[in-house]
Amino acid sequence: MSWLKSFGLFWWDFIIGDDWIVAAAVVAGLALTALLTHVAGVNAWWLLPILAVGLIPISIWRLQRDR
Amino acid sequence: MASVALFVAVFLACIVEAVEALTILLAAGTRGWRSALIGGAAAVVTLAVIVALLGPAISAIPISYLRLFVGGLLLVFGVGWLRKAIMRASGLKALHDEDKIYAEKLAAARAASTEKRPLVGDWYAFTLSFKGVLLEGLEVVFIVLTFGTNQHNVPLAALAAGCAVLLIGGLGIAVRSPLARVPENTMKFVVGVMLTGFGIFWGAEGAGVVWPGSDGALLVLIPAVLAVSLLYVKAFAPRAHLVEDVAVEEFE
Repeated sequence: MSWLKSFGLFWWDFIIGDDWIVAAAVVAGLALTALLTHVAGVNAWWLLPILAVGLIPISIWRLQRDR
Repeated sequence: MASVALFVAVFLACIVEAVEALTILLAAGTRGWRSALIGGAAAVVTLAVIVALLGPAISAIPISYLRLFVGGLLLVFGVGWLRKAIMRASGLKALHDEDKIYAEKLAAARAASTEKRPLVGDWYAFTLSFKGVLLEGLEVVFIVLTFGTNQHNVPLAALAAGCAVLLIGGLGIAVRSPLARVPENTMKFVVGVMLTGFGIFWGAEGAGVVWPGSDGALLVLIPAVLAVSLLYVKAFAPRAHLVEDVAVEEFE
């Protein structure tokens, strides 16, 4: 069981890293882009660039705060 | 253009990780080269098995889902690399320094006790080398597979990675000391920008977006990510209190 936990923690650390907000926001951004494109018929190419450049200072601020 | 970008992104990412793996391997080697080299070789074999298992699985995913998945993964990695690079460039975080990291690893390696196991003379040197090479290599494996399958050119991505490993391996054998002169911090910045740019592009395409200008959008997207990142460096620099302690973070 502890081996399984270590395995899971390794992959969490490898993919999610030290700020889970980034991964969560990317998943939400992709889902919202797909919804806007397929359901609302909006070609939302602008959403992910705004999200990505907006995420960086937020993540830096969170890491600085938690230090 | 995309092929050149693919080669450059994978080559630079692999150079950075190979330099870090070499530092760990050199520190492990001071306890015994045989155990350290067996550890490094075992890690390379493990990475090859991961590529052999994951490669066909990733290739089997339909292209739109693949782009969504790969784009999301690259974006998460890219923002992570870029965030650290911006923090280092602005002074919020200590610069990555191979000489100091080597000194730390060396001190830890010298202090550790010797434990013999079958086939391996020194278990500490073996595990230090194995973990170092495996963990540094894993991110490169992901970058090679995701970039390669998306561009339908895994061989080119593998070639870029191979060139980087040969270059750093050759330099490492020649110099036999950490490659502190490799501009790692700048290279990490460039890789972060490229991963983020490609992540945005492929992620949005996978979600159904049609980019204005098609592939040409990358020519705007990547410079735009770079420009905004440089602005962030300027914006955060006045807030930075100099970090005196060295960031000896494990495998980053």
